[in-house]
Amino acid sequence: MPKKLLIGNAAVARGAYEAGVRVVSSYPGTPSTEITESMVAYDDVYVEWAPNEKVACEVAVGASMAGARSMTCCKHVGFNVMADPVFTASYIGVNGGMVICVADDPGMHSSQNEQDSRHYAKAAKLAMLEPSDSAECLQYTKRAFELSEKFDVPFVLRLSTRVSHSQSLVETADRADVPLKPYEKNIAKNVMMPANAIKRHVAVEERAKALLAFAEETDLNTVEDNGAKIGVITAGISYMYAREALGDRVNYLKLGMVYPLPVEKINAFCASCEKVYVVEELDPVIEEHCKAIGAQVIGKDVFTMLGEYTPAMIAKAVFDQDPPASLGAEEPVPVRPPVMCPGCPHRGTFYVLKKLGLTVSGDIGCYTLGAAQPLASVDSTICMGASVSAALGMAKARGPEFNKKLVSVIGDSTFIHSGITGLIDIVYNKGANTVIILDNSITGMTGHQDNPTTGKTIRGEATKQVDLEMLCHAVGVDHVRIVDPFDVKAMEQAVKEETTREEPSVIIAQRPCALLKYVKYEGRCHVSDRCRKCKMCMKLGCPAISVHGDEVRIDPNQCNGCGLCVNVCPFGAIEKEV
Amino acid sequence: MSTTNIMIVGVGGQGTLLASRILGNVCVSEGYDVKVSEVHGMSQRGGSVVTYVKFGDQVNSPIIGKGEADIILAFELLEAYRALPYLKEGGRIIVNTQSIDPMPVITGAMTYPEDIVQKLSAKVNVTAIDALTLAKEAGNARAVNVVLIGLMAKNTQIPHDVWLETLKATVPPKFVDVNVKAFELGYGQ
Repeated sequence: MPKKLLIGNAAVARGAYEAGVRVVSSYPGTPSTEITESMVAYDDVYVEWAPNEKVACEVAVGASMAGARSMTCCKHVGFNVMADPVFTASYIGVNGGMVICVADDPGMHSSQNEQDSRHYAKAAKLAMLEPSDSAECLQYTKRAFELSEKFDVPFVLRLSTRVSHSQSLVETADRADVPLKPYEKNIAKNVMMPANAIKRHVAVEERAKALLAFAEETDLNTVEDNGAKIGVITAGISYMYAREALGDRVNYLKLGMVYPLPVEKINAFCASCEKVYVVEELDPVIEEHCKAIGAQVIGKDVFTMLGEYTPAMIAKAVFDQDPPASLGAEEPVPVRPPVMCPGCPHRGTFYVLKKLGLTVSGDIGCYTLGAAQPLASVDSTICMGASVSAALGMAKARGPEFNKKLVSVIGDSTFIHSGITGLIDIVYNKGANTVIILDNSITGMTGHQDNPTTGKTIRGEATKQVDLEMLCHAVGVDHVRIVDPFDVKAMEQAVKEETTREEPSVIIAQRPCALLKYVKYEGRCHVSDRCRKCKMCMKLGCPAISVHGDEVRIDPNQCNGCGLCVNVCPFGAIEKEV
Repeated sequence: MSTTNIMIVGVGGQGTLLASRILGNVCVSEGYDVKVSEVHGMSQRGGSVVTYVKFGDQVNSPIIGKGEADIILAFELLEAYRALPYLKEGGRIIVNTQSIDPMPVITGAMTYPEDIVQKLSAKVNVTAIDALTLAKEAGNARAVNVVLIGLMAKNTQIPHDVWLETLKATVPPKFVDVNVKAFELGYGQ
């Protein structure tokens, strides 16, 4: 077949398809989302969005136990959520091969931290492969399924933003015919209670030895001997940067398998070179292994633990080579941080919260941008679901008066992911918090995935829709109301009333994401000559509205006609032209 | 190993990803090794977006460093100015003359630099074009990306028809006509 361009994530999906995967369950998270989205193209695979990563992983473990090849995909912080089943799935092993894809985000293009997921492979005693481009994404995924069955262990495929989101050429093949393996009841292997787990731990340690022996001889770990004096040990995207920066001037040990790491192979490579560098983004995982086995290497002494690497950075560190000359602007160039889109429903909510001067416990999603100027409304962002539970902690720490000026904001998908448990905590432990569910009818930030509240599956089929209002009532919240965030007066009144209550309350701020295809506002807004230049509209932080000299203008190319500015203008000076 | 390096810069929502996909597919049909590096997620929400397209006999790193870009295709003036350090000596900037205020300008914390085209032209080769007007002329303001692809196509050795066929195969069927029109308007500049 001719080669074609695929992003790494789509290549992983293709590899899983070709390997005969039958069940894929994930929760979206940049930069991993497109793996699962790409599976939708393959009709003979069951694919789903789960409410969170823990559930997704358990679905994959169950499918594997039942004899199918299965896969679950997440971003690095999603791995934290799935860690519980992962550590025990390691003891159980697999029946059908199981692959966990985890995409790290060095440079934090779309993440709240920069953790290095390779630590998980060691901690959970799994095996981990790391591809460098889309062709390897496809091939390594196929290998991971085979090896998972061979070694009776879930294999982890570690990706990073530049591998997941770079397109490169791949060669595709047909889907392998991999029948379901028989399902047999096996209490000793599949029921992890102490007596059984004690025995399984022995098997896990034996397996670790077998995996290490495999790491020594596998062609996934390759030496490129260019007859040079300097050696480079590297993996993943760092290999591509090093290859570009250093070319044939060094020898390479490219590690396609990043856990377990070989011992003899590394020692032999280091013995063949006068000087060896370890080039790896984020933590010194390979470097520390090298040093532990007595290999002399240079790593984080010359390379940073922060952010993404570049070829120029590597050329400088290894050969003290300067980058090509470059020009620059002769004045400060204003930064362009991400902003809420024109027409974003969250803008109305944050406008009100800012106006009321509330403390806002925030969460993970587009609405994290509520922390950016000029709204600057959000006080904290920790992890998925934490807006609700952290606000309970704040209220318990500072008392009822503080709580009356405190709200949580959380998206519909994030609320289902792990906000609901925090809300139950509030009810159960007699909290009196107000939680605002920003229900924009979609999982927005990751690029519009359906979720249990949208009434559609990943394949767009109609399904039961979780009713957020009924759900909140069912866990014991007596005061639940639905408000349109663009009706700023109603929103302000609702927030004032609910925060004064000495009982838990939920406000569902309901309006669909402005980027959804069916959301079409008629006309465009413009400023009339009644404008008194009070600049109230500027408080919205709408990218379509700006001030030029003394004049407020609305850019018709950016405005989507949502009309929120019409609602906030105290002089009725903004009009909509239909 | 030399590669041709093209950087596509713009503002989230302007359609830079589609432009990079058309460009990437054109390079594949010409038999090159190709890498296209995109960024998804939060930065797409109205922030600066950068896509790298590299092609040649063999491409290793998918990213482009400072002083390495042969062409910078800029969808917006300020983004062209920001990307200037990435341009190779003798490289070319193709820029849409549209300007979109970033939040620090909207809030008044910073000012939008004036006369960017003139300032760039004083230093490097610049082709400036009002792609928004041409896109509207083609029938859809969102076709700015394809107008710019058309203009860039004219600046390459790759035949017109290869671009056109790839464009038709990459965009959704119901938008083929408007995009072909936009491409030709860009190509004709």
